Amino acid sequence: MSSEHISNDNAAGTQPAVALSEVVRHFGRFAAVREVTADFAPGRLYVVLGENGAGKSTLLRMMAGLLQPTRGTIRILGETDIRAVATRMGYMGHAPLLYDELDAMENLRYFAGLYSIHDDRVCAAAIERVGLNPELKRRVGQYSQGMRQRASLARAILHNPELLLLDEPFSNVDVKSAHEMARLLGAMRDEGKTVFVVTHQAAVMEPVADESIVMHTGRLIAREQGIPQSLLSPYARPSEVRR
Amino acid sequence: MKKTFPIFAIATLGLLSYALYQALVVAPTEVTMGNVQRIFYYHLPSAWVAFALFFVNFLASIWYLAKRTAGSDALALASAEVGVVFCTIVLLTGPIWARPVWGIWWTWDARLTSTLVLWLIYVAYLMLRRFASGGQTPVLAAALAIFGFVDVPIVYLSIRFFRTQHPQPVIGGGPGSGLDPRMWTAVLWNLAAFAAYGSLLVWTRYRMAMVERQVEEAHAQRALESNEGAEQ
Amino acid sequence: MSILGVTQRTLRKDLRLEWRSKDAINSMLFFALLVVVIFSFAFDPTAEESRHIAGGLIWVAFLFAAVVALNQTWARELRNQVLDAYRVSPAPATALFLAKALGNFLFVVVLEALMAPLFVVFYNLRSVGPVYQLLVVGALGTWALVVNGTFFAAMSIRTRSREIMLPLILFPISIPALLAMVDATTSILTGSASPAFWIRLLAIYDLVFTTVCLSLFETVLNAE
Repeated sequence: MSSEHISNDNAAGTQPAVALSEVVRHFGRFAAVREVTADFAPGRLYVVLGENGAGKSTLLRMMAGLLQPTRGTIRILGETDIRAVATRMGYMGHAPLLYDELDAMENLRYFAGLYSIHDDRVCAAAIERVGLNPELKRRVGQYSQGMRQRASLARAILHNPELLLLDEPFSNVDVKSAHEMARLLGAMRDEGKTVFVVTHQAAVMEPVADESIVMHTGRLIAREQGIPQSLLSPYARPSEVRR
Repeated sequence: MKKTFPIFAIATLGLLSYALYQALVVAPTEVTMGNVQRIFYYHLPSAWVAFALFFVNFLASIWYLAKRTAGSDALALASAEVGVVFCTIVLLTGPIWARPVWGIWWTWDARLTSTLVLWLIYVAYLMLRRFASGGQTPVLAAALAIFGFVDVPIVYLSIRFFRTQHPQPVIGGGPGSGLDPRMWTAVLWNLAAFAAYGSLLVWTRYRMAMVERQVEEAHAQRALESNEGAEQ
Repeated sequence: MSILGVTQRTLRKDLRLEWRSKDAINSMLFFALLVVVIFSFAFDPTAEESRHIAGGLIWVAFLFAAVVALNQTWARELRNQVLDAYRVSPAPATALFLAKALGNFLFVVVLEALMAPLFVVFYNLRSVGPVYQLLVVGALGTWALVVNGTFFAAMSIRTRSREIMLPLILFPISIPALLAMVDATTSILTGSASPAFWIRLLAIYDLVFTTVCLSLFETVLNAE
């Protein structure tokens, strides 16, 4: 379960964390992702921006192995078989991916078991890391949205993954929680992890983002260092950014 | 290659007419059952064609799960649809034959009941195909096809033990099942004709399914190329 | 990652969830009661033949109750899309299936344990054959319904008419198993024949379809 070998043994940083090659995904006649080709170096924090329906979530779900691409290949941490690197990857969807009837600790204990982790201290540490109290016996269903998203992040990071894929982690989250989560993601990047965040709230990620990726109608249309000023406003139209 | 289909279609038509002539004119009238027995020349070949097509459906489904090719899924769909049609013919001609001969429309004997269950299974298969949404239809359908096919021997075993009343195998059965040679000829001709007819239908349906798929592909491709193409 | 370990944890988690929410169990118990009462009205329990048709009545009633229970199998995993969290983890899909099938088995057995005594009372049943055989038939028969039902429920949640799809695909495939349960039960109740053939058939059915389910589940779970 050591996730410290971020492939920096021999090919120090040359092997991309995620490599996409002509990735296409259709839903019937709808082309959600169209021929995306890109390499993403490890140890960086990427913010994926774009309007609704631009294909951001679809791309992330394919990277997580939840969806098969219609065409093209996806290489995660050097593997095309995504199941093989499942232990080294964490995913957070826009739904909480937690059981409402269990408290945070019970939820994490169950999911830790799926990763062969049978140590309550690991779960407690993950919960504390996102700023929640592991002793809290309240059921997740009674959490506020901000707390629920934090608990969900704790679930995604509990096995200390080297690649984190987060889909809208800040939706309906209060500003304070959002900024704390962003800071935590920055800290994880500083530990050498690769982080992808799909979001509409570019401003929240601005202090920690290394690179922004702009998608429009299924295509990857721009990659920028940091987050350009033009994309920071909540009313920004990412499609108007061009290479 | 392009001419194979019409040639095959015409040959099938010829075969069907000749088999009809064999069944209605050449084959002698059965002594006890009379002319109604002639329905047997359609009943039996339909049954065999239906069973063969369900087997094709099973093979195509396994092939699909292994290779995920569009063609194998189209073949699975085509063979199940045409198989259900032939199975329906068996279930309809059976009672027409049984009523004057046994004096009843239906009896819960092994063969009849197995055929009915088979029909139910493959109608369920077609239902699933209709109601499943989007790209997952072929996978779900292929899985169900395997369940259905594995079920067939168990169905037969159970119903056979349940009860049996069907006329003892008319062909290759025990003593007294002797068939007039001219009847044999008619059976074989009809079997060949129905096999050809079944294949023709499957081929047609297969081609239709493939064309539908190509249309879908073309739409998707156009959406890929257009810049605004996010049409739902 | 051991399959049985994950199965056990998932099963425990499901039982705890069910215990806390009691979504399904309350409505299901009442539904089971209703089925028994309505069957008793529909098929005169005082008739002398009742014992001969009891096998059929009981199993059809169990089948209805089981279908309603099976339809709930995946509801909780779809809420909050928790299923995605399982799918991105390295845990094997077969473990999830086994846990769900075992959970459904326990659930349906509880329902049957409630319905069976009511049938005995309403129909004034007394078994001529040995009762332990009824338990064997009950266990094998319930597993036969539940193992395929759990699998087909996972398929039907991906269709447009979710709830109705499950019986449409489950019933045709289950016909031989139903025939076996009904005939075995009737021959034990009346003591008229040996149920040995039917018990063996049920065992084969269970074995065959458990294998098919386990080998195809991952494919179906990841079909998207």
